Amino acid sequence: MKVLNEMNLNFLSKSTNESYARSAVSSFFIQLDPTIDELSDIKTAVSEAVTNCIVHGYRNTMGKVFITARILEGNEVYIKIRDKGCGIADVNQAMEPMFTTAKEEERAGLGFAVMQTFMDKLKVTSKVGVGTTIIMTKKLSPRIKNA
Amino acid sequence: MVNIVIKDDELTANLIGEIDHHTSVSIREVIDKQIQTAMPKMTILDFSKVTFMDSSGIGLVMGRYKLMQSIDGSLKVTGMSNHIKRVMMLAGLSKLVIIE
Ligand SMILES: Nc1ncnc2c1ncn2[C@@H]1O[C@H](COP(=O)(O)OP(=O)(O)O)[C@@H](O)[C@H]1O
Ligand SMILES: [Mg+2]
Repeated sequence: MKVLNEMNLNFLSKSTNESYARSAVSSFFIQLDPTIDELSDIKTAVSEAVTNCIVHGYRNTMGKVFITARILEGNEVYIKIRDKGCGIADVNQAMEPMFTTAKEEERAGLGFAVMQTFMDKLKVTSKVGVGTTIIMTKKLSPRIKNA
Repeated sequence: MVNIVIKDDELTANLIGEIDHHTSVSIREVIDKQIQTAMPKMTILDFSKVTFMDSSGIGLVMGRYKLMQSIDGSLKVTGMSNHIKRVMMLAGLSKLVIIE
């Protein structure tokens, strides 16, 4: 798929950056003139993925979170979020709704469910000791262009 | 951010702004401290001034639900926007708490 625009972002895994990251990514997609619902779907999915890098990937450590956001041909949003943290041993289990390894911190185990529901496609690749990469895409509704 | 109003047996927590992993930590600390002091029969979490929420908000509701259960009280959730409702529904929370 042809890439029409791209932005890259990296920041330290501090929880204060969660708000910044989701705002920055959703602002980038404003140029597609998304609906308010589409924009909050994107914002929420990004928030989940970034939080996972910070809470789980870099648990008890500090590292960098890397984001690539692209606009693809056909009004499609592409977001890649990556950490070089602990990785996930069993991705299928991690993606099960309500599965969490941080129950005592009131994590609901629904981060992946949010990403799956609010975006069209979600791909998770992970390797223990290497890190986790998630790629999400979403096709936005066609916009009426005023010439 | 959260603003607490206590009237008779009812404690209302007016949630304000964005609820995520970062902000929910201090929000729940404030609410829990007030619940443990006031021991209300009913706690109301009002979301009408919440501008953003991810699945951390589900944890926030579940946790307060459990706390209210432990003191034989109940929990009500009000003022949810459509977006917040969509996130909440993923958890099937409507079975546990009163949603208005
Ligand atoms: N980036 C990551 N690095 C390491 N583990 C992760 C990562 N993302 C998710 N996980 C694992 O997958 C589980 C489920 O994630 P999620 O659905 O977001 O729920 P929650 O964050 O509430 O635990 C987490 O509890 C964690 O064990
Ligand atoms: Mg999560």
